[in-house]
Amino acid sequence: MFKKDLSASPKQKLKSSIQRGLRQSLLSTYPLLTPHIDEVLPKKASLEQMKLPDRVNLYVNEGQPLFFQPDHSDVLLPHLKLVHRFPNAFPTVRIDRGAIRFVLSGATLMAPGLTSAGGRLPIPTERPGEPVAEGVPNEGPDEEGHWSRELEKGEPVIVMAEGKEEACAVGILAMGTKETKDKGKGPVIEETHYLGDGLWRLNVD
Amino acid sequence: MAEQPVSVARNVVYCGVCTLPPEYCEYGGTLKKCQEWLEKNHPDMYARIWSEEALEAATASLSLDAKDRAAKDAKKKAAKAEAAEQKQADRLANSVVTIKRIERNKRKYVTAVSGLEAFGLELKKVSKDFGKKFATGSSVTKTPSGGEEIVVQGDVSEEIEEFLLEKYKNIPVDNIELVEDKKKKASAGPG
Repeated sequence: MFKKDLSASPKQKLKSSIQRGLRQSLLSTYPLLTPHIDEVLPKKASLEQMKLPDRVNLYVNEGQPLFFQPDHSDVLLPHLKLVHRFPNAFPTVRIDRGAIRFVLSGATLMAPGLTSAGGRLPIPTERPGEPVAEGVPNEGPDEEGHWSRELEKGEPVIVMAEGKEEACAVGILAMGTKETKDKGKGPVIEETHYLGDGLWRLNVD
Repeated sequence: MAEQPVSVARNVVYCGVCTLPPEYCEYGGTLKKCQEWLEKNHPDMYARIWSEEALEAATASLSLDAKDRAAKDAKKKAAKAEAAEQKQADRLANSVVTIKRIERNKRKYVTAVSGLEAFGLELKKVSKDFGKKFATGSSVTKTPSGGEEIVVQGDVSEEIEEFLLEKYKNIPVDNIELVEDKKKKASAGPG
């Protein structure tokens, strides 16, 4: 989505009511973020909105890009800088090493990159222990990086990479993870934001 | 990656050259420079990422064929990045800032500055600065040829040159050109 370089446009302060709404939808999309929400989006924060080409809205808090939202959908997607700060708060899949360079040039993620030995797709498991807090689902990656719940089509997902610590892309599942395992081919994740793309390099100050 | 309920925001180091997290530098196309930067600024990280074992582990999982392709790809990317850089430098060397003094009325002048955008400056901001500095009107205007230029009221060409050189160090002295422009239309007949 952001293959080309973007130029910064003027920012707009958001009304606090809109800010509250965003916070709500943020929490409903990413329940795992609940424990950190005050850090991500402080109550008193002055959230700003930046309009990008293709009717994408980017939300910025004190010079830190937080989320962006394509206009035609109401999915909020996290900026990778936010993902790097809170890596545990988003569902992840992992790709094998061979796929990294394609992902970093903006290709749609294909199934083989996920189903191979280096890739990690979710394996549904019962996680031990109690949920961290009320309303927070008890899910997360196991030691190997398998997420503990099957992810559905249309869910936003963070793409990790084999042998790397940081996430490399953010996308929307074009195929449920269960289906991916059954089929083993075809596009799986529609990538919207990856390391080094226009959004990444965008100067938000 | 054990889940910690109260994990404070992590601070991730980003490469100063390609802005990616250092472990992804190899895909950025400016690998050499990135490595140098990392070695200088975060030696511990450098040692971890570019150690022998790490590299070996990285390539072990790939087939020979894939390795070849990846290497080729990386080379191509590096070449591309280099070419882009070269081009950028060339463009900088070739672009000229023109400061033009235009006669508006007898003994009244405006000063038009064009070519600043090639140096990565934002015309609107620079124009504001001009206005503040010289206490005159200053605006960004579209030129008939399609570009944009800054028009400052009054004859301030010399001052602008000085100001530009002082404030924006990346503009070389030789690339600033002062031009004088007489009023295009000779006055429309005696009144």
